Amino acid sequence: MVGPFELREVVAGPVEAPVLRSVSVELPCRGITALAGPSGAGKSTLLRLLNRLDDPVDGTVVWDGTDLRTWEPVQLRRRVGMVFQRAPVFEGTVLDNLRVAVPGLTTGAATAALDRVGLDADLCDRVAAGLSGGEAQRMCFARAMLTEPAVLLADEPTSSLDGASRRTLESLALDLAAGGTPMLWVSHDVDQLRRLADHVVVLVDGDVAATGSLVELDVHPDPLVRELVGAS
Amino acid sequence: MIAETDIGLAGMAASGILVAVALAVSLWRRLGLERTLLWACLRALVQLLVVGWALQLIVDEDDPLVFSFLWLIVMVLLAGYTTWKRATQVPAVLPLSLLAYAASAIVTLGVLFGFGVYELEGRTIVPLAGIVIGNSLAATVLVSRRLFAAADDHRDLIEARLSLGLTTSEAFQPDLRDSLRTALVPQIETTKAVGIIALPGAMVGLILAGVEPGEAVRVQLSVMYLVLGSVATTTAVMSLGISRQLFTSAQQLRRFDTSG
Repeated sequence: MVGPFELREVVAGPVEAPVLRSVSVELPCRGITALAGPSGAGKSTLLRLLNRLDDPVDGTVVWDGTDLRTWEPVQLRRRVGMVFQRAPVFEGTVLDNLRVAVPGLTTGAATAALDRVGLDADLCDRVAAGLSGGEAQRMCFARAMLTEPAVLLADEPTSSLDGASRRTLESLALDLAAGGTPMLWVSHDVDQLRRLADHVVVLVDGDVAATGSLVELDVHPDPLVRELVGAS
Repeated sequence: MIAETDIGLAGMAASGILVAVALAVSLWRRLGLERTLLWACLRALVQLLVVGWALQLIVDEDDPLVFSFLWLIVMVLLAGYTTWKRATQVPAVLPLSLLAYAASAIVTLGVLFGFGVYELEGRTIVPLAGIVIGNSLAATVLVSRRLFAAADDHRDLIEARLSLGLTTSEAFQPDLRDSLRTALVPQIETTKAVGIIALPGAMVGLILAGVEPGEAVRVQLSVMYLVLGSVATTTAVMSLGISRQLFTSAQQLRRFDTSG
């Protein structure tokens, strides 16, 4: 089990118009922590700081007690995996795609990785660009999991998928989290949030509006927070 | 070896009839290109006369080589400036292109003079350097623009590779390869087609000037290989330099204003 991410007075985004404005928050790395909030609230901006695809303009990001800037970025990114909103598919077959994460990956290991995300072994030799949206996103989960990350970041990975594919990926996320890979999951789908989240961080207009479990946030005094977490 | 071939002023004037043909076509089909055509021909005439006069100054065996090398430096500076003007949005394109042209001149001319393919003298330095730099220009601009565009167009793929723990050079390798191929393939195709589809200018010029075809072929071959080597060198230096500019020391893909 790894310690949480901690943002300390973090300012991020373009210097002239920061998206995150002096955010201080703790993001637990256990189960699924959801980042909720309206579009433009800074959810994706925050997520990209956690594996150093971007650095904050100001402030500090700490993971498991260590300032992220002290990590070698390549090592950090293999420990903090990431899947994106639109599944980025590399050229070549599915096996070629998996081998980007682990060069020399055997077919047997690739098959096991695909099985873990509910994809058939037959897909190994399929041209990756020909996969459906749901298959491509699951392949991206398999690819990210091959580096054996301690935590997985997911930036609205189901937003461009149909209902069935979305449910499949949600089951996968719950399985991965239950299997010991905590996730930080960005979503503005309230129903999904309620199906997945163990802990929620609500962002509004570049700042943290609330954090806590769904039970806690359902009775939050701010009606906007209650609306954003789908409190009945 | 070289026959007395001097087309003279009358000959030059006669070749101008061909310009009249082009003008006639423009007038006949109402292309509106007459002024542009005349201006282009006049510019070519003046530029070549000036270059011819300047070359005359340095090809004399008694002239010190320093003038030839100064000319080479001016060519490198002008090529760097031209590259910068054509790819202003690319970061650090001016110093990188100056480095690329200088490296190309050193490598290719170093081979030609070092192995005694040509004598090191004013008559050879400037024309060969002109071939090296002139032919590298288009490929250098092309590779610069393509690399820069690829970093923006394929940001999602590059960042996906970075997020898997690849280094920046690994993450950008597919785009680097494609850009280099795009810049090099036309030159390779030209090299392949020589003698079949087209007789190259240097060879035709030598034959017209009275040089034996066999010798003209040997000179042309060395020129073709020189061009290939220079294009490969400039594009390699540019691609490596630009790749470094695209990423931060924390192995992050920079964001650029690509509207320029």
